[in-house]
Amino acid sequence: MISGLLLGGFYAAVSIGVAISFGMLDIVNIAHPAFILLGSYVAYIANTVLGLDPIVAAAIAMPAFYLLGALIYQIYYVAFERREDQSLRGLSFFFGLLFIAEVTLVLIFGVDYRLVQASYIGPSLKFGPIELPLRLLVPFGVSMAMVAGLQLFLSKTFLGRAIQAVAQDQLALRLMAANPTRIKRVAFGLSFATAAIAGAILIVIQPVEPSIGREYIGRVFAIVVLGGLGSFAGMVIAALSLGIVETLTATFFGPSWAPAVSFGVLLVTLAVRPSGILGR
Amino acid sequence: MASSAVRHRAPGLSGVAFTLVLLGVAASLFAFGRWLSISYAFFVGYVVVQYIVLGTAWNILGGYTGYVNFGITAFFAIGAYSTVVLYKLVPALPLPVMVLVGGVMAGLVGLGTGYLTLRLRGVFFSIATLALAVVVQTLITNWDFVGGARGAYVLRPRVAPLIGGDYIQYLFLVMLGLCVVALMVARAIERSALGYGFAAIRDDEGAAEASGVPTLKLKLIATVLSGGFMGMAGAPLPYYVTYLDPASGFSLNYAVNAIAMPLIGGTASWLGPVIGAVLVGGLQEYIRVTISSAANVLVAGVLMVAFVIAAPEGIVGLFRRKRR
Repeated sequence: MISGLLLGGFYAAVSIGVAISFGMLDIVNIAHPAFILLGSYVAYIANTVLGLDPIVAAAIAMPAFYLLGALIYQIYYVAFERREDQSLRGLSFFFGLLFIAEVTLVLIFGVDYRLVQASYIGPSLKFGPIELPLRLLVPFGVSMAMVAGLQLFLSKTFLGRAIQAVAQDQLALRLMAANPTRIKRVAFGLSFATAAIAGAILIVIQPVEPSIGREYIGRVFAIVVLGGLGSFAGMVIAALSLGIVETLTATFFGPSWAPAVSFGVLLVTLAVRPSGILGR
Repeated sequence: MASSAVRHRAPGLSGVAFTLVLLGVAASLFAFGRWLSISYAFFVGYVVVQYIVLGTAWNILGGYTGYVNFGITAFFAIGAYSTVVLYKLVPALPLPVMVLVGGVMAGLVGLGTGYLTLRLRGVFFSIATLALAVVVQTLITNWDFVGGARGAYVLRPRVAPLIGGDYIQYLFLVMLGLCVVALMVARAIERSALGYGFAAIRDDEGAAEASGVPTLKLKLIATVLSGGFMGMAGAPLPYYVTYLDPASGFSLNYAVNAIAMPLIGGTASWLGPVIGAVLVGGLQEYIRVTISSAANVLVAGVLMVAFVIAAPEGIVGLFRRKRR
């Protein structure tokens, strides 16, 4: 139960990038999990070659991810958004990116599982009968800090409010002589930057290989849709609940059933309440 | 009947003549393969024709109605695994029957998924199909009867029934027949009221709905046809590979190729997936032999991204534009 909660906290970090891109900017970036794995491998290299802590390495890599995201948004904007051809070809574009990212990782690193070393990976904290493994607790903390930080950024700073304005009404923004494209580029870059952190804590929690990103696609979109598209609070609640339900499923039916949970959640949400738990 | 649906906008051969031409092409291809009598040619030919079927199936939903199905591997693997199940239960069943069963199973899954998600915006359907692939894989990995994660062996008969010769020739023939059917259906759709309904959904679903097009029904028809053909394309796979495990049956390559080929060839007509499959399939085989098997899978992804950015109408579109 508690490990489910911690796992859910980690899912929040994985999902927040999609909550920004899909929920707020309406860009269906299905390649996000593949870039999270890219983050994992960056952390892996920094850890094995330079001996850096994976999370510190991710923080250093964030600007690079931000630029990559901004670049991809620029291509997306020129090729699809401006032509108003987002659905079919825009989706295929991201699907292609997903595939290219995954195959490139396979070509470089192979399909073996990779893992990192850090001081907090072995030990656990003990509170009476409850044992909290630090390898789950640290990612939980990092993830929550990131979500809170982004929430603060969005609600307190000028740029953050501008991003929220884009999410609400682009036309109005354009009428007020602001440039929604620039703001969206910043926001999309941010969503990529979160992938660096999410990737680093992913490799802290479990060993990774290039194709596990696919398992997260269903999970991430289930969380974002259930959370009500772009609402961070809803997303965190959804992530925590999914983490708990998956852990319970794994305990009672075996771990190989866990990936099916998110699909069930996604289907039920889409069929019953597409606006999500905290949706408008 | 397709032949009666020839209208102003549908020049060219009637449905019957088109079918005869397709059959002629298929028969001469097969005769050519026989004359070469190299197994390798049949193995490569099988893959290319399989991708024509997969690409055409994807295009019926994706190209005609504009709904993107990412769960190709789910439908494909349902077809393949229904063959594994039938092989274990009634090994004597002829392959075409297995193909039909695989198609029906995959079509039913398409119906269910479509019914739950097609009423929403298109992206939700796409995301649901993406998740569907993971779930079907989970189910099959946990299903011991079909081998679970270890995979299942299917013994390929040494000699082909009816036509004699190597069994791969029979597999190729079955796939070729399936390809003729798929192309016939795709072309008939393009020229029928159904096709105009699909195009109306693709161009403006709200307007289509408002002017009385039964959008949900049409979308479901497209999803079932599309999923069914994917299942049929997958059904002979166990005999082709003789060893099927979830990792290979659900390989992302199938999904990427099936989407990339119509997009590269052009999504507006039945010819697009054929051109795409022949070009990309041939190129991949060439790269696999000359460079490496790892590099060949990248090709489809890179080409797809390049084409959706630079040539959104595909190869067919490039030629059309010149003619106009």
